[in-house]
Amino acid sequence: MEAALEQKYNFDVVRWFAIMAVVYLVVGAAVGVYIASELAWPVLNFDIPYITFGRLRPLHTNAVIFAFGGCTLMASAYYSVQRTCATRLWSDKLAWFTFWGWNLVIVGAVITLPLGLTESKEYAELEWPLDILIAVVWLAYMFNFLMTIANRKTSHIYVSNWFFLGMMVMITYLHVVNSLAIPVGLFKSYSIFSGVQDAMIQWWWGHNAVGFFLTAGFLGIMYYFVPKQANRPVYSYRLSVIHFWALMFGYVWLGAHHLQYTALPDWTGSLGAAVSLAMIIPSWGGAVNGMMTLSGAWDKLRTDYVLRFLIISLAFYAMSTFEGPVMSIKTVNALSHYTDWTIGHVHSGALGWVAGVSFGALYHMVSRTFHTELWSTKLVNAHFWTMTIGTVIYIVAMWVSGIMQGLMWRAYDEYGTLAYTFAESVEAMHPYYAMRAVGGAIFLLGGILMLFNILMTVRKAAVEGTLAKARTAVATA
Amino acid sequence: MSQNNAEKGLQARMERNVWGLLIMLMIVLSIGGIVEIVPLFYMKDTMEHNRFPEIVWSGVGKTPIVTKDGQWNWKKGDGIRPYTALELAGRDVYQREGCYLCHSQMVRPFRDERERYGHYSLASESMFDHPFQWGSKRTGPDLARVGGKYSDEWHRKHLRAPRSVVPESVMPNYPWLEKTPVADAETIQSHMRGLRTVGVPYTDEDIVAAPALLKGKTELDAVISYLQVLGTMAKLDDSKDYRE
Repeated sequence: MEAALEQKYNFDVVRWFAIMAVVYLVVGAAVGVYIASELAWPVLNFDIPYITFGRLRPLHTNAVIFAFGGCTLMASAYYSVQRTCATRLWSDKLAWFTFWGWNLVIVGAVITLPLGLTESKEYAELEWPLDILIAVVWLAYMFNFLMTIANRKTSHIYVSNWFFLGMMVMITYLHVVNSLAIPVGLFKSYSIFSGVQDAMIQWWWGHNAVGFFLTAGFLGIMYYFVPKQANRPVYSYRLSVIHFWALMFGYVWLGAHHLQYTALPDWTGSLGAAVSLAMIIPSWGGAVNGMMTLSGAWDKLRTDYVLRFLIISLAFYAMSTFEGPVMSIKTVNALSHYTDWTIGHVHSGALGWVAGVSFGALYHMVSRTFHTELWSTKLVNAHFWTMTIGTVIYIVAMWVSGIMQGLMWRAYDEYGTLAYTFAESVEAMHPYYAMRAVGGAIFLLGGILMLFNILMTVRKAAVEGTLAKARTAVATA
Repeated sequence: MSQNNAEKGLQARMERNVWGLLIMLMIVLSIGGIVEIVPLFYMKDTMEHNRFPEIVWSGVGKTPIVTKDGQWNWKKGDGIRPYTALELAGRDVYQREGCYLCHSQMVRPFRDERERYGHYSLASESMFDHPFQWGSKRTGPDLARVGGKYSDEWHRKHLRAPRSVVPESVMPNYPWLEKTPVADAETIQSHMRGLRTVGVPYTDEDIVAAPALLKGKTELDAVISYLQVLGTMAKLDDSKDYRE
């Protein structure tokens, strides 16, 4: 069986992407913990330009979104598209090109961002030569994926592949348009758009980096790995069709809610907010669809730690897709915008949902593609609890600090003058910034446990010779 | 699932034809962006200077902001204009250091923001900003109207060591700014020419004036000259309703 799978499919590129994803998780989260600590204890900037908050923050976001998230997406899309289409990747060469190309982008980010080479558009900071490389690698990824589906041995295209494809198309649109810039040097360019139009395009990108890269793509992961790990079919086909098209159509509109009460015309922000509210329905439909897949097999949560990750991630998904629309309501946004509440919201999605579902998928893939059990399931359980506790501490800290900031900024004393100076609001944040750093550190600890466990699993596979056997044995299945 | 009567529907057809699915996705995914973004380039209401032309400097694109002999043709309140060579060099540093990650440049129309920062920001005020620097987070205060609020000397101290003037601050020290000479004139001139190709109306004289403005300046001088012009270009009138 293992030999048949190993020789039929390209698991090599999946294994490499999966392991690099875990490596980048540790790197990205470590940078995150460091910059969180800089906000609590600014002495940590050490007067060294390359490690100041302003330069490391883009490195943190790029590392966790595009290095960790990107490698996870590529590993899981390549793995699941082969399994669901019962065919090998269309091109092994193109798959390896995406592996080396994507890692080159990441190395480029690690070098250029601390040097301060940036387009200064959030989550799209990388300068134009790297932007071009991203576009080329991304199109190669999409083309290989499309051709693999075109070559499928099954009659229908499975739902996870719809989501992956939607993400690939939308990220192409977003990346290309938002990165349009006039180069004025090898690593310096200016956006061709200015002011209000640039702002709208940036947040059209910004929210959909979340909505497509970190949601649609990871829903693709959810739709493949939850049923696989639970060994049950997806709860409702109809719900997945609704979830899919409503999400594809709707998410694109949400960016405007980042610019409410700004100089963006009111109609655009209100439109974005209205669609944001409506997005609760497909989002919760998807969360229910994933969770109810366990219907009749809830007992598996007691013993299957990998499944736990997948299910808790859906709980965080449901929570943050409720919180997001609430924050897009104008009166709430007036308070929450510019505060740490936004940071907390992003992290309940990123740490709870995206990372959670990734961990489940990565443990599953590593075990399947190395043809062996995980080295330690106890360690998986320890990771589960560090992730959950770390995330909860993080988001609670940001809820408190964010709402407190918003309230302090608008508070008046009995004489009708502003009650607090800005500096006082900064001072009040200190305990929560420290608490956030602690939450992040606990989450990071879980990541380190995972990396250790995965590396020991790889070693175990080498010692047992399972991978070598699968590669050379005569296929019998 | 494969045998039900929905099999002839659009969904079922797309589930069997990846190219059909691709085209459908390309259409569905483009709608939201087109509806929200494209009108912003055409609707007159988007930019306030269409109704209030006086907020843009009358010399834009015709008169040099500063001549190479150091004579200023523009003064505070004359209206929105592109950045001078020195301000642009400062803005480059502002971008490089990631200042926008902790400081917004977008005052919202609320009473508390009016008192804390000043008049709400207009879209026209960032019409020459490639890219925009509105920001998304206020770990530090908004800077849209910081120009003229503090002295150059205060900024010097603050950028060198923020906690020496604001003890509660969590901002990093930027001691290297005063030790680093500002980018050379050729570089800034190529930046100005690049911006001109994307629509910033620099005159030839503006570009010629760059060496004189940049001579002997440090990055710290450049950043301060950028900060000091923020929000001071247009004189906004409280009795006017710039935004409907």
